[in-house]
Amino acid sequence: MPEARLFLERRSYRRRRMMDAVRILPLLCTLLWLVVPLMWPNGSEGSAQTALSTVIWYLFVVWMLAIMASFALWRRIRRSDTAGDEPAETSGI
Amino acid sequence: MSKHVVLVEDETNIAEAIRFLLGRDGWRVETLANGGNAAEVIRAARPDLVMLDVMLPGKTGFEILAELRSDESLADLPVLMLTARGQSRDREMAIQAGVSRFMTKPFSNEEMLSAVRELTQGRVS
Amino acid sequence: MVTLNQLIGVCLVYVAGLFLVAFLAERAALRGKGNWLLRSPLVYTLSLSIYCTAWTFYGAVGYAARSGLEYVTIYLGPSLVMIGWWWVLRRLVRIGRAQRVTSVADLISARYGKSNLLAVMVTAMAVVGVTPYIALQLQSVTLSVSIFATQDAGLGNTPQINENAAFWVAAGLALFTVLFGTRNLNANERHHGVVIAVAVEAVVKLVALLAVGAFVVWGVAGGVAETVARIDASPIGTWQTSGGRWTALIVVSAAAFVCLPRMFQVMVVENDDERHLQIASWAFPLYLMAISLFVVPIAVIGLELMPAGANPDLYVLTVPLSQGQNGLAMLAFLGGFSSATSMVIVATLALSTMMSNHIVMPLWLKLSQTGAQQSGDVRGVVIRARRLSILLIITLGYLYYRASGGSGALAAIGLISFGGVAQFLPALLGGIFWRGSTRTGAIAGLSIGFVIWMFTMLLPSFGPDGALPASVFEQGVFGLGILRPQALFGITGLDPTVHAVWWSLSLNALLFFVVSIFSFPSPLERLQGAQFVNVFDHSSGAARGWVASEGGVEDLMIMSQRILGGAEAQAFFAAQAVGQGRTQGPPLPTPEFVQALERELAASVGAATANAMIGQIIGGQAISVEDLMAVADESAQILEYSGRLEAKSLELTQTAQELSQANEKLTQLSLQKDDFLSQISHELRTPMTSIRSFSEILRDMEGLSEVEKTRYASIIHSETIRLTRLLDDLLDLSVLESGQGSLNAQRISLHDVIDRAVTTAQASSARILDIRRTVGDEEVMLRTDGDRLAQVFINLVTNAIKYCDAEQAVLDIAVRQDDNEVVIDFTDNGSGIPDDAHNLVFEKFARLNSEQGSGAGLGLAICREIITRLEGEISYVPYPKGARFEVRLSCLASVENA
Repeated sequence: MPEARLFLERRSYRRRRMMDAVRILPLLCTLLWLVVPLMWPNGSEGSAQTALSTVIWYLFVVWMLAIMASFALWRRIRRSDTAGDEPAETSGI
Repeated sequence: MSKHVVLVEDETNIAEAIRFLLGRDGWRVETLANGGNAAEVIRAARPDLVMLDVMLPGKTGFEILAELRSDESLADLPVLMLTARGQSRDREMAIQAGVSRFMTKPFSNEEMLSAVRELTQGRVS
Repeated sequence: MVTLNQLIGVCLVYVAGLFLVAFLAERAALRGKGNWLLRSPLVYTLSLSIYCTAWTFYGAVGYAARSGLEYVTIYLGPSLVMIGWWWVLRRLVRIGRAQRVTSVADLISARYGKSNLLAVMVTAMAVVGVTPYIALQLQSVTLSVSIFATQDAGLGNTPQINENAAFWVAAGLALFTVLFGTRNLNANERHHGVVIAVAVEAVVKLVALLAVGAFVVWGVAGGVAETVARIDASPIGTWQTSGGRWTALIVVSAAAFVCLPRMFQVMVVENDDERHLQIASWAFPLYLMAISLFVVPIAVIGLELMPAGANPDLYVLTVPLSQGQNGLAMLAFLGGFSSATSMVIVATLALSTMMSNHIVMPLWLKLSQTGAQQSGDVRGVVIRARRLSILLIITLGYLYYRASGGSGALAAIGLISFGGVAQFLPALLGGIFWRGSTRTGAIAGLSIGFVIWMFTMLLPSFGPDGALPASVFEQGVFGLGILRPQALFGITGLDPTVHAVWWSLSLNALLFFVVSIFSFPSPLERLQGAQFVNVFDHSSGAARGWVASEGGVEDLMIMSQRILGGAEAQAFFAAQAVGQGRTQGPPLPTPEFVQALERELAASVGAATANAMIGQIIGGQAISVEDLMAVADESAQILEYSGRLEAKSLELTQTAQELSQANEKLTQLSLQKDDFLSQISHELRTPMTSIRSFSEILRDMEGLSEVEKTRYASIIHSETIRLTRLLDDLLDLSVLESGQGSLNAQRISLHDVIDRAVTTAQASSARILDIRRTVGDEEVMLRTDGDRLAQVFINLVTNAIKYCDAEQAVLDIAVRQDDNEVVIDFTDNGSGIPDDAHNLVFEKFARLNSEQGSGAGLGLAICREIITRLEGEISYVPYPKGARFEVRLSCLASVENA
């Protein structure tokens, strides 16, 4: 049945893109957590100061978003695993 | 002069059948049951045809054939080989050793007689 | 008011509860029950939380009170690693499972050609690196106890209690760990009980911290908005962290998260299912976020409420206490206690595994040459080694605590540990991503990194004139300005932590890389490197299906019997056949069957060997040099020690030889089978030739006389009988050879059997044979199959009648007894059998003189088969005047000479 085959192809394509997202996510987080704070003025050399609560909000919101993204990716990948005919094979992608 | 054939065959019943068949066809059949001295007997008898079994006491049919072919005077003596070992390997060995015709047992009488006739055509008066 | 005794009581009850949980979990695991929980992603994620120790619980608040948001780096690093699970952790977990790695030292040593030197180095470094960390746990528990104690006994006598408490806490933790971790020795180093206890403690510490946090935000500060306002108004209310520290701390905590022995233990060794990793990739950052959420509020409120001299590390306890929340304080204490105990248990377990596997056992094996054979003995030694290691590690932690004065901030101590174990990172990552990394490179990198760490981080932590004289701090080693512990190469002004992390890790990585590219790895290293770096190509063996031919099953059976043992192999094959729904015969060689067999074999000889052996038989794939090296490697893994490796490779060579001998034998058998068929063909064709010829004569020829007709018909008749007899013989022989057909053992008289044989043989022959017997000797009772025995005798007598060429043929049948055997000799007076044919007489179709072509040459072959089955022997004995066949039987009936 050509339709079923097309469907499957589509799913494995989707799965691969999800895996791409899984790979990119930590890089994005590194950027937001590690690089962005370096640009904040930290009060040294008389520069402007950043309120701690702002920093906390920023860090924890990024954190929450990262967790949600990671969770969503897990859900998507798991669904394509369990819905597929083939058993999960997380390697070699 | 009647046609003369030397038959080397250790199975007495087969020998008897061939002797009977060729006898009715006007052949004088000399039977040997042992391969040991077959080559000498043939060299002495100068027959018109030799029929050879392969598995023989004394010497095998191949050995006898090789001896005959090594004697120039007997080089074109028609030799009909009969064997119950119907493997293609035997057939190849026989052809290499210079056999004139190779037949697998059991054969039909007609087949055997026509082979004998073909082999001796023009040689026997 | 909580008294000290109440506190101790609660702790004991809590520990007992943990024990019960661990015990129940272990028992359930043993019975294969409760997997839904024991092997659930939830428990896996919670067990990862041993990352959050007392440092996290108490220290993070203190850290925040001192340095603002910097504490959060310690959580961001691991969160990054978890969210980036796909890059590093997935690979580590797969390698750990594929190579059955037991610790981080095991992984690094396995990667670099099973170098024991590296294992010892990593173990030693881990012990040194983790010691401050354990001291930190002791310190935090001691501090927290002292808070209650001071309340209990009034101010003033704190130091006394402090010192005693530290000792008793250390002793208690040691006992706890020994009881928890070394009750039994688990082959795969998994501890379900410990993991479940750690998971429970993870919940307790999270709930405790959240409770304190919630109390502070809503109970003290008066809501979220209020709290935010207070935060911004507090002394730490602005962003003050330097970029260098921020980056260095995230990097070092991410590195430590991967390299810490205890993290490696729960993340890789205790991992049951790779899929749990992806669940933990969001669940564990969630845990970390939750546990760090209220740190700043608690710190800010603590700074507000507590007197200036109060230790900020204990705000989690002192803030609730100051508000009269004794229950909450007790919960917080339990949370801190949980953090400390779970860390100490897992860390010391992981370290003790490393110490016993890489230091104690090799030494012990070397010292006691004989001990290794007794497996029970070794297990005892391992357990004792682990217990001693645990005691040693905790003692070291206690000594560090005493030496460092127990005064350092918790976070500072924790960072020292992180910096130490982070030194594994270059060798670890290089090992799993870069095939070019070598053992020498790893040793060089680890050494320089460790030395720099010691010099710039560990030793200075004891303070000026502690481990290093103050002059070294000022002027450097030997007065060399470039060798100052906090200003290497003369670069001053760097934050000490950034300085230490930067120099140790960068020089470590640089040296690792440079030495690796200029050194050459050993074959085993290269092989292991390929296996580690290409782990996703190698260990996905399950995806590779075998396609076998039906004929291959027998060969597989032969091989399996050799490896598994006959009964086991047959049972396995039978079960597989039944599983395929086959009622008889071997199983079909489906890919599933071969896969199952491969797994079965792998349990005995290791995966690579099993794979290579099956590959060889099925021929599905050629064995590459790499695969062969994998075989060698795997045997190394099984044996662990090089001395046994040699024995194993010898064994492999022998097995290979045996296999090739078996192969030769099979080839021979195949040739013999061809010969046999060709001979049968000959024997069948010969009588058929006469039959065909004479039947054609009778049919076609005119004018045959009656005499001729009768003669020819009787020839046909006799040849038909000959043919039938030949077929009977063949059938008889095949039944005998295949071991089928039952023997009918009865109590019979030898005399009767010989009588019957002689009568029968003579009746069917015209020739007269003079048979001489001594009847008295024949009066022997046997327990055997009389019909079969008679068949042999008939054959021997008939042979004598046929082939004895003496004019007056005489057959002498003599019976004598030789020990427990009866020997029957058949001796004739003929010319016997030619010397060169002695070996042949019992072979099939070995007719010696084919003039008398009435037998197919199977008679003596049948005789031999029968006598063998009757558990006797038949042989030809050259006799001066004639032929002698000797039959030996050991089947004397119990009552003789009846």
